[in-house]
Amino acid sequence: MTILNRKVFRELARMRGQVIAITLVMACGIMVYVSSRHTYIALLESQESYYTSYRFADVFAGIKRAPAPVAERIARIPGVSSVRTRIVMDVNLDVPGLDEPAIGRLVSMPDVRRPVLNDIAIQEGRYPAVGRPEEVIISEAFALANGLVPDAWIGAVINGRRKALRVVGIGLSPEYVYEVQGSGSIFPDNLRFGVIWMSRDALGAAFDMEGGFNDLAVALSPDARERDVIDRMDLILEPYGSAGAFGRGSQISHKFLSDEILGLSVSSNVTPTIFLGIAAILLHIVFSRMVRAQRDQIAIMKAFGYRNLSIGWHYLKFAFLAVSGGTLLGIVGGFWIGRPLTGMYQAYYRFPDLVYELHVDVITLAAVISVFAALAGTLHALRSAMALPPAEAMRPESPPHFRPLAMERMGLHRMLSPVWRMIFRNMERRPARTMLSAFGIAMSVAILVMGRFTFDSIDYMIDYQFRTVQRDNAAVVFAGPRPARARFELAHLPGVVRSEPYRAVPVRLRAGHLVKQTAITGLDPAGELRQLIDRDGRVQSLPPEGIVLNKTLADLLAVREGDMLAVEVQEGSRMRGSLPVTLIVDELIGTTAYMDSRALNRFLGEGRTISGAYLSVDPLRAAELYSTLKETPAVAGVAVREAVIKGFEDTIAESTNATTFTLTIFACVIACGMVYNGARIALAERNREMASLRVLGFTEREISVVLLGEQAIITLFSIPIGFLIGWALCYLAVDATAQELFRMPLVITWKTYAFAFLVVTSAAVASAYIVHRKLRYLDLVGVLKTQE
Amino acid sequence: MTVDQASPVFRARRISKVYRMGEVDVSALRGVDLDLFAGELAVFLGASGSGKSTLLNILGGLDVPTDGQVYYRERELTAADERERTDFRRKSVGFVFQFYNLIPSLTALENVELVTEIADDPMPAIDALRLVELEPRMHHFPAQMSGGEQQRVAIARAIAKRPEVLLCDEPTGALDYATGKRVLEVIEKVNSTLGTTTAVITHNAAIADMADRVIRLRSGEIVEVYANPTKKRPDELSW
Repeated sequence: MTILNRKVFRELARMRGQVIAITLVMACGIMVYVSSRHTYIALLESQESYYTSYRFADVFAGIKRAPAPVAERIARIPGVSSVRTRIVMDVNLDVPGLDEPAIGRLVSMPDVRRPVLNDIAIQEGRYPAVGRPEEVIISEAFALANGLVPDAWIGAVINGRRKALRVVGIGLSPEYVYEVQGSGSIFPDNLRFGVIWMSRDALGAAFDMEGGFNDLAVALSPDARERDVIDRMDLILEPYGSAGAFGRGSQISHKFLSDEILGLSVSSNVTPTIFLGIAAILLHIVFSRMVRAQRDQIAIMKAFGYRNLSIGWHYLKFAFLAVSGGTLLGIVGGFWIGRPLTGMYQAYYRFPDLVYELHVDVITLAAVISVFAALAGTLHALRSAMALPPAEAMRPESPPHFRPLAMERMGLHRMLSPVWRMIFRNMERRPARTMLSAFGIAMSVAILVMGRFTFDSIDYMIDYQFRTVQRDNAAVVFAGPRPARARFELAHLPGVVRSEPYRAVPVRLRAGHLVKQTAITGLDPAGELRQLIDRDGRVQSLPPEGIVLNKTLADLLAVREGDMLAVEVQEGSRMRGSLPVTLIVDELIGTTAYMDSRALNRFLGEGRTISGAYLSVDPLRAAELYSTLKETPAVAGVAVREAVIKGFEDTIAESTNATTFTLTIFACVIACGMVYNGARIALAERNREMASLRVLGFTEREISVVLLGEQAIITLFSIPIGFLIGWALCYLAVDATAQELFRMPLVITWKTYAFAFLVVTSAAVASAYIVHRKLRYLDLVGVLKTQE
Repeated sequence: MTVDQASPVFRARRISKVYRMGEVDVSALRGVDLDLFAGELAVFLGASGSGKSTLLNILGGLDVPTDGQVYYRERELTAADERERTDFRRKSVGFVFQFYNLIPSLTALENVELVTEIADDPMPAIDALRLVELEPRMHHFPAQMSGGEQQRVAIARAIAKRPEVLLCDEPTGALDYATGKRVLEVIEKVNSTLGTTTAVITHNAAIADMADRVIRLRSGEIVEVYANPTKKRPDELSW
């Protein structure tokens, strides 16, 4: 080994504290990159291969009922490569062991198994046998949540008749990777919603649809234009009660999964960039200091004839060695934690097989990135080492030049003791370093804020939507419109404290060229179980006339209060008319429109008709009520509010804890790295000052104020900046994720801020303490006998 | 200023100091006995490595001897722990070093205030600067002052707390002839006007002429102690 290399290794060993700090920050960055990139690729590849293997359709349409020949007309549309007609119906289920009714989505399958669009991947059991109408396959998430295995029986109310279904298989479908019922529900509730695949003959007979269908899945040829196909399909399907065809982009499961993958792709680049940026800042601070401290050594090497390049290379080796450990640790650790991270997604997204494998290109890129971070961080120090003329370098660095600065000009220094003047002047003298340190610590705060924001936001969203806007315990949906007196039948059921009927009707809303498919919900104007809240957070009463839109829907249609909307009813009379927008309300989930139920009945030209009711339920008698509802043929579905929220909160709590734990560690690493390095360098640079103060009679505690006061101020100054950066990053995240299905509110609780504050200050105090202990070994005599 | 021979400020008895330099033991002091009296100006003469700095550091509570006792008045410094020695330095001793050791981020006045803040009965910082004739430069930072000026600030800083003793380690070592003499004048002035017991370490024999007493060291031992009846003023010294 050459002498210079030996110098590299010995000095790295001497600076091990700082090297460890850099290594850990680097490791975090690379770890996040490698793990999230591997997870991203795993999800993306699993999605692609799943969609291909099980023939996920490109265009979908739901209709009232159409005869079989219609499918042939669709198949003749240019660009359509294959068509699958189905019967799809949501029914009330009676699941053994579950008090409240569940909703089953019955999806027809060919009686004899053959490859079809949106095929099933059977995970367990078998395909239903021909001539066995009771045999069904159920979705895996639903089976797991309810502990259902092949040979289990479930009850279903099909077209008003109670039937027993026998589970023969457990399956998955690319159509339900994210298994939610519809646009109103955005969180999977696997206990109370499941997909049930059963024989076409059995379903057709049950719903009087022999020879007909009510759902279409269409595959396109590679050169097809989706928009054109959708337009032509809409023309053909219009007379059959079509709610409008839509592409994959609007298919709920696909939309959630794609958004998730896209989000992961963004965060797999953003988060590591933050870490690597901080690693570069640390390298910059440490190496600039090292080159300054080694001026005389650089001079001697140059005097002996070392070329500038070899000196630059010498210091670059330091940097590479300092980051190589972190890179290696990050690559190994990242690949290792990527697997459970990918697994975490399986709680929400179900694939037949999630392929997690090593990607050499990711690893290579990680190594290249870390080399760039090392170069970026040391460039400044390298240049100054190389530019130092030998004679200049032999002289000690000129004494630090202090001038009256901003503090003096403002006269603030008079309020400070000499010790605090020293602290502030030191910070002012190296503004770049102070700012970089502050930035590093601020980023660790921001990472914590951002990490916990998601959960604050979802918490708020659940609370707002399910406790402030929707105040019912359960919502009952009838199998079809019923006369208004049905509400009294409901009101007399056991445990019902209050029942408020509603009328829901599917519509197409049109404002100029903007069209939106949704439903108008007619509410009881005297009702209390649905609250309308305007954009200023005030509760508004339901206007007796006109239509109320939620903000998302109003934005999609670009309408304001007072504008007129064209309304095309998608059921029954299929009448058309127009209504004024009388109120815009703030809701976070879905695209909803409301009307006074009497005004809606009038608009539809019908008598007092209702589609279901919101119920307030006595919790003690809830079980009794739900079991009664399960047996009631007229009830097509019951959505139980608290149970859904509880289930979702439990699921999300798991990932919250894992994420918070990881981010806390990462933020601690950054905060510790910044504070430790800052204090360590301050100690090295101001060794002499500290010793002088000790000689003058200052105690260890007093000089540690001088040394660590700077770090304390930087930390305290960085925390509010970190809050701001965190807030801004959350704002961007909210903006990027705003979509039709739900809007994440920009809510960050004081708990999150307090948590970030506590974590970062604790990390700072701990690292400052390590440096404080070194003050005990200050060599008072030695330092004073030598010239600086 | 009178020298009170009856009341020694410092009493050092059989003190020795052994440094471990790598794998070798180096004796810096070998059984030194010494008294310093109130109000006197003592000059410690000796070549490099004679042990004079070690002795001064031990008297000032910066270092502890390997063996022997040191008393400051009635207090045994050698029995004091780190906290008590810090307290001793804080209240009773003023130090002046060859390389000034000013805090670069503080102005002249602030360097002095740094000490007056933690002292029990300090003089106003500005008075200390006036004493070393630097009042007009008090708002300058060390980097804006000459070496001699910096050393005078260091002296002002050392005496501002009204210490009982002033310990100066090669105070002119880094200064040119004229500036060095200027600094010695200030030290002499402090000794004569404030009555501060003063010990000056130097390898410059000419400085001995301004002392009340001269203590000569060689290889860690005191080889000669003599009173100087013909004390000269610093401006009369030459080397």
